[in-house]
Amino acid sequence: MLLRLELLTARLVAGVSRLARRGGGTTIPGKLVSKVHPGAVDQLAARLPQGAVIVSATNGKTTTAAMSAHILEDRFTLAHNSSGANLVSGVASTLLATPHAELGLFEVDEGALPEVARRLQPRAVLLGNLFRDQLDRYGELELVAERWREALVATSEALLVVNVDDPLLGELARDYDGPLRTFGIDDRTQARPSLQHAADSKFCVVCGRPYLYTAAYVGHLGEWRCGGCDRSRLSLDVAARAIELHGIDGSSFTLATPEGSARVRLRLPGLYNVYNAVGAAALAGALEVPVAEIAAALESFTAAFGRFERIAIGDRGVLMLLVKNPAGANEAVRTLLEAEPPPVAVVALNDEIADGRDVSWIWDVDFEPLLAGLDRVVVSGGRAAELALRFAYGGLERAKIEVVPDLERALDRGLELVRPGDELVVLPTYTAMLALRGILARRGHVREFWERAA
Amino acid sequence: MKLTVGHLYPEYLNIYADRGNIAVLRERARARGHEVEVTGIGVGHAVPEAIDLFYVGGGQDREQALVATDLERKGEALRVAVAGGAAMLAVCGGYQLIGRFYRDRAGAELPGIGLLPLHTIAGERRMIGDVLLDCEWVGKTLAGFENHAGRTYLEPGAEPLGRVLAGFGNDGKSGYEGCRDGRVYGTYLHGPLLPRNPWFADRVLADALAHRAGEEVELTPLPDELEAAAHEVSAARARSRGGRY
Repeated sequence: MLLRLELLTARLVAGVSRLARRGGGTTIPGKLVSKVHPGAVDQLAARLPQGAVIVSATNGKTTTAAMSAHILEDRFTLAHNSSGANLVSGVASTLLATPHAELGLFEVDEGALPEVARRLQPRAVLLGNLFRDQLDRYGELELVAERWREALVATSEALLVVNVDDPLLGELARDYDGPLRTFGIDDRTQARPSLQHAADSKFCVVCGRPYLYTAAYVGHLGEWRCGGCDRSRLSLDVAARAIELHGIDGSSFTLATPEGSARVRLRLPGLYNVYNAVGAAALAGALEVPVAEIAAALESFTAAFGRFERIAIGDRGVLMLLVKNPAGANEAVRTLLEAEPPPVAVVALNDEIADGRDVSWIWDVDFEPLLAGLDRVVVSGGRAAELALRFAYGGLERAKIEVVPDLERALDRGLELVRPGDELVVLPTYTAMLALRGILARRGHVREFWERAA
Repeated sequence: MKLTVGHLYPEYLNIYADRGNIAVLRERARARGHEVEVTGIGVGHAVPEAIDLFYVGGGQDREQALVATDLERKGEALRVAVAGGAAMLAVCGGYQLIGRFYRDRAGAELPGIGLLPLHTIAGERRMIGDVLLDCEWVGKTLAGFENHAGRTYLEPGAEPLGRVLAGFGNDGKSGYEGCRDGRVYGTYLHGPLLPRNPWFADRVLADALAHRAGEEVELTPLPDELEAAAHEVSAARARSRGGRY
């Protein structure tokens, strides 16, 4: 077997790449080993005594996987790609770096899910949601769903842990032959008055008629039924009930599972994080973690990097919320409005491949409620001018908009604009978030994302 | 003046920031002292009279198929309105639907309403990327983003919206993008199109005002500094990385 030598080489590369500070060695070793030995990932995964679980979604997969890791790490030695390297190469790199892991826990890119699932033959697959995201990269929503459907056929032994509040995923679950564990929110008092502009999957995949919502929670996630045929949300095995939102400080809810119930306090805000927590809980429950232990772990969980991350900078602070698509950005905006609306914000729009090269999505975000409270917005990133137009045509006076494409200068300008003791709100797209965290790390305010403790 | 924009199928065809285009029309009209009222025209609705500008956006394949038969029913009313001088802007999926027909990969045809002399045939590879057009008929450029599998073929004598400086365009080969006929414009460019191409927004607006007033209407220029900056970045993107067939 050549595998041993190749693995040594790849680990060496990981070390060198980390030393060279070129991204923490999170993908290069995996790319190398996959090139030399394409089946290496399969073999590495097959060595995990407890098998592997994978987590995918358009929004919240990093947080859901991080929550799952936080719950599971006391019971299992994990191989977890916590740095967000979620393609096959990232999974391979993680497996290489953790030779003694018992259980693999992998966040997986929506587009990479079929290949990762085929190679890993996971014991469980958690699917969180499907929103319109980077159409230039992933293609249309239903195409992604179709690829997931095919991937599931190839892994029909796996337990499917699935958010059936999403109609597209509900249909996938209905057609799935293997074992199933559904989750969702069951609290009509938290329903939004209407579907948002950015809601996707509005029409029944079976008959084409619009879905009707008894309760819409986040985007098109909610308690749905078709107005034309007999389709409706499946019953929930694991649910969040009696939810209380505590503004930006978090939320609490009753976690109801077949194994029992527990009250959970979550330090992350918003219903979307309730979804992430219920998903992680459903997965952990399936891995036989007791409900009380799940609830305790969720209570001590803090944000994954760049996702509602609070960073102290001298006498000021930064609150960083990743934005990357309309549904996710809407939740970020809604979260901010739970507290005193910020008078200053830095919003950074890049258009690299990882951000999506098509920036039209910013026009589908409901930024307007945020604009009303802003005295000043600093727009930044490669497409700063485009953001400036978005806000100007959204009704913000042009005099309140500063265009500062350079991220570091925009950050400093933003910090200058907030008073001592206050927090600067920063909304970056993915590569802008990584760059901003890089700047803050260089200045000693945060650790690099690959150094973050799980 | 008060303008009425008829937004066709806002629930179905809204995928690429179409509401950005509408917001720009509304705001640029307001800046000149005109008011824009937007009326959604959905499936099963009659086409209202007195619409000055029809807007049709883009949708995913499924949504497009869901509205095609309904649009066919509205076809006659729309042709009458356009013959009477109403303006129309159709983007992406909407552009395909106002041609003669759209033939999908399986060979099945969705009917179009024939407002522009063109047809579209689904292709293998999607044409995705930034685009820059030279609109020689006005001596200006348009910058946008395209994402389409359909290849659109103009009939002989049809006027394109612009010559492709960078990107794929209608079919990736002809070197042209979009189509225009009188006050009807069709294009694959989203992104959205109007915020960063203010001259084109004003052109469409002026057409709609002309329909309302019964004569050409002059629009005072606006500062448009942010617009020019956004146009420049978008154009540079197209030049450096727009699609090549």
